Amino acid sequence: MTILAIDGLVKRFGGLLATDQVSLTVEDGEIHALIGPNGAGKSTLINQLCGEIAPDEGRIRLAGQDITNMPVPDRVALGLGRTFQITSLLGDATCRQNIAMAVQARQGGNFRIWDRIAGRRDLWDQADAVLDGSALAGRADVVVHDLSHGERKQLELLIALARQPRLLLLDEPMAGLGHAESQDMIARLREVGRSVPMLLVEHDMAAVFALATRISVLVYGRIIASGSVAEIRANAEVREAYLGAEDELC
Amino acid sequence: MRPLVATLVTAALLFLFFVPMLTDLVGRPSLLALACRILIYAMAAASLNFVLGYGGMISFGHAAFFGVGAYTVGILYAHFASGELLFGFIPGSNQMLITLPAAVLVSGVFAAAIGALSLRTGGVQFIMITLAFAQMLFFFFVALKAYGGEDGIIIRRTNELAGLNMRDRVTLYYVILGFAVLFFLGLWRMVNSSFGAVLRGIQQNERRMAALGFAPYRYKLYAFILSGMGAGFAGALMANFLRYASPDMMHWTKSGELMIMVILGGVGSFFGPIFGAAAFMILETFLAGWTEHWQLLLGAVLLVIVLATKGGINGLLARIFRRGA
Repeated sequence: MTILAIDGLVKRFGGLLATDQVSLTVEDGEIHALIGPNGAGKSTLINQLCGEIAPDEGRIRLAGQDITNMPVPDRVALGLGRTFQITSLLGDATCRQNIAMAVQARQGGNFRIWDRIAGRRDLWDQADAVLDGSALAGRADVVVHDLSHGERKQLELLIALARQPRLLLLDEPMAGLGHAESQDMIARLREVGRSVPMLLVEHDMAAVFALATRISVLVYGRIIASGSVAEIRANAEVREAYLGAEDELC
Repeated sequence: MRPLVATLVTAALLFLFFVPMLTDLVGRPSLLALACRILIYAMAAASLNFVLGYGGMISFGHAAFFGVGAYTVGILYAHFASGELLFGFIPGSNQMLITLPAAVLVSGVFAAAIGALSLRTGGVQFIMITLAFAQMLFFFFVALKAYGGEDGIIIRRTNELAGLNMRDRVTLYYVILGFAVLFFLGLWRMVNSSFGAVLRGIQQNERRMAALGFAPYRYKLYAFILSGMGAGFAGALMANFLRYASPDMMHWTKSGELMIMVILGGVGSFFGPIFGAAAFMILETFLAGWTEHWQLLLGAVLLVIVLATKGGINGLLARIFRRGA
């Protein structure tokens, strides 16, 4: 089943075509990787999917439902989850509180002014369940300000998972991670990918080749190739586009 | 830290209970009036802090709701005294258990209208729009000759409550103290509720909260309405205490004073607005008795506190006690 379907998406910034007739799908059980050199328009595309930027043309459908002009919170309610490239967390709150907030968003009842947040047992149990067995299990009560960059990246993912999305948009989850941290993140994403389909935007080619079931290549806002890992590796056009900009495709 | 806070709150309540005796003891009964004003302004400042500190919305028009609460009491009293129906169908009242809820309701309606429009903007625009609405209300009441225009409404007698003698200053003090305790208990619950958690989340990172599926506008509007109701409640008590309601209560300088109290006490802290209101009123009273240029000195004190303390008086006290503990 198709979870995400993008059809003929166009976004112009002045004279610049940041997104040029992009069409792609993410199917159930798929980790669809989106790669491309810097400035190819990957972040612009992600932000249109999340609803932070409105596209000029085209359609976006989530599980069959048109979400093209839907506000951010409504898309999230339909099951769209995301992580931020530059981590965006509740800085004064602990890991546990950050995750609990995602659970709270899912459970509802958030206009209650006469209950006790500390007394919502179910909320904290679910937050602890998400933390259990994760890399942050021992860091539950540490405030975000005191977390390392790698830990924040992990927390981004845990928060997204706590919301129980039907589709995950991952905006460079490896960015800035050390080698060991990257390996952890890859293992974690592979595990998550078994239950949640993903659109993975990533610069780290080793990670992309390790995880992706399908790869699309974005250059100057346009998708120039789409296919399996082997196909993309063998594609001459992709090599050229990459080697023209930076020799990253190893 | 927790038991320490509980001890301090108990001590403060004991002190507040004995204030009338203490002011008698030192032979300065006027200090009792000061204590009443501090309690009332503490509630107004705490209401502002609910949106400003907990919600991150810098409202520069909160005196409007304070004034609307006061005018509700004043107008209901005027109609009670004259016997005429308000709008042809609402009878007047001098019963506190009717006028206070009415004031809360009316200021809530005003906050809903003003908030619904202002919260479509953010940052500096939000500050200016809330200020503009408050000034519109100020000039509306100045022009409202039926209710005294710029002189406001005289309330000949404080509202009645459960047969108490409200002309007695000590009784009135205890009534205000009682309402203040109820107010802060309610606020404590709200801050620690499910909604309180969401509100603090929005203050910290609105983008993140939207990405979790919270529509920030609705939550901010809800907070704004609750906050307006709190300020209206304080205004209603002020009208009862001063026995008048006037446009001055909603002048923009009053909004500024409330904001100074919040900053002085500690933005986003529970007890901060109480400290801020007390510090502001005490400084005003004593500096004004000393020199007519008291605002200059007040400005200097504010400057020192903002620059030298992290998180106002509340932050300063927290650090002192933590070091001592």
